[in-house]
Amino acid sequence: MLSMTTAAIDPDELRKTLFDAAAGGYCAFEGWVRNENDGRTVLRLEYEAHEPLAIIEGDKILAEATRKFPFLHAECVHRTGILEIGDCAVWVGVASPHRDEAFSACRYIIDELKVRLPIWKKEHYADGHSGWVNCERCAQHGRTSSAA
Amino acid sequence: MKTITVRYFAMFREHAGVAEETLTLDVGTAADVFECTKARHGSAEPTGHCKVAINDEMADWSSVVSDGDTVLLFPPVAGG
Repeated sequence: MLSMTTAAIDPDELRKTLFDAAAGGYCAFEGWVRNENDGRTVLRLEYEAHEPLAIIEGDKILAEATRKFPFLHAECVHRTGILEIGDCAVWVGVASPHRDEAFSACRYIIDELKVRLPIWKKEHYADGHSGWVNCERCAQHGRTSSAA
Repeated sequence: MKTITVRYFAMFREHAGVAEETLTLDVGTAADVFECTKARHGSAEPTGHCKVAINDEMADWSSVVSDGDTVLLFPPVAGG
């Protein structure tokens, strides 16, 4: 299932929730906050979500992944709030009998999460400006609060 | 005319200056609501990049809105 949190994500603890005697493989993806985007120095990120629908949509994605790549267990956690460089923003873990399903399901889940969940990311730059990622069109019209 | 509560998120909230407002609108679909709020707040984002929900269920832009509905306007998402 998918869950949302404002607390730090602990991949080591999450990994333990997937242990299963029938699992021969485990694959995880961690999305980290990096210090650069499109040539601009990023100081921190701010994530906002509409949680009720994010959870519903996330669970749909996990159900789709189960049908496409039969696995034993999958979990996903997405963080919201202010995140600093190096923080884990999203974690996806999949355990399955064989590695192929784990790799494929993990890839499918993170790719779908990024484009379907009602989650938004605001970058705060070293030059003091900020901007919502994927909302460049609005920024071009000068309506984003402080994006250059 | 219909009474519609509109909820804004992320960039849309910043444009609108409020997270939510209740409007009396002459609208038929979710797309009509979006057009009204774009005119009201000056957003230029096309519907193709955005998503909409009605009463906390994902909807299509062609979905009919009813008197008393809450329409949630989602700007382009960027999870992960």
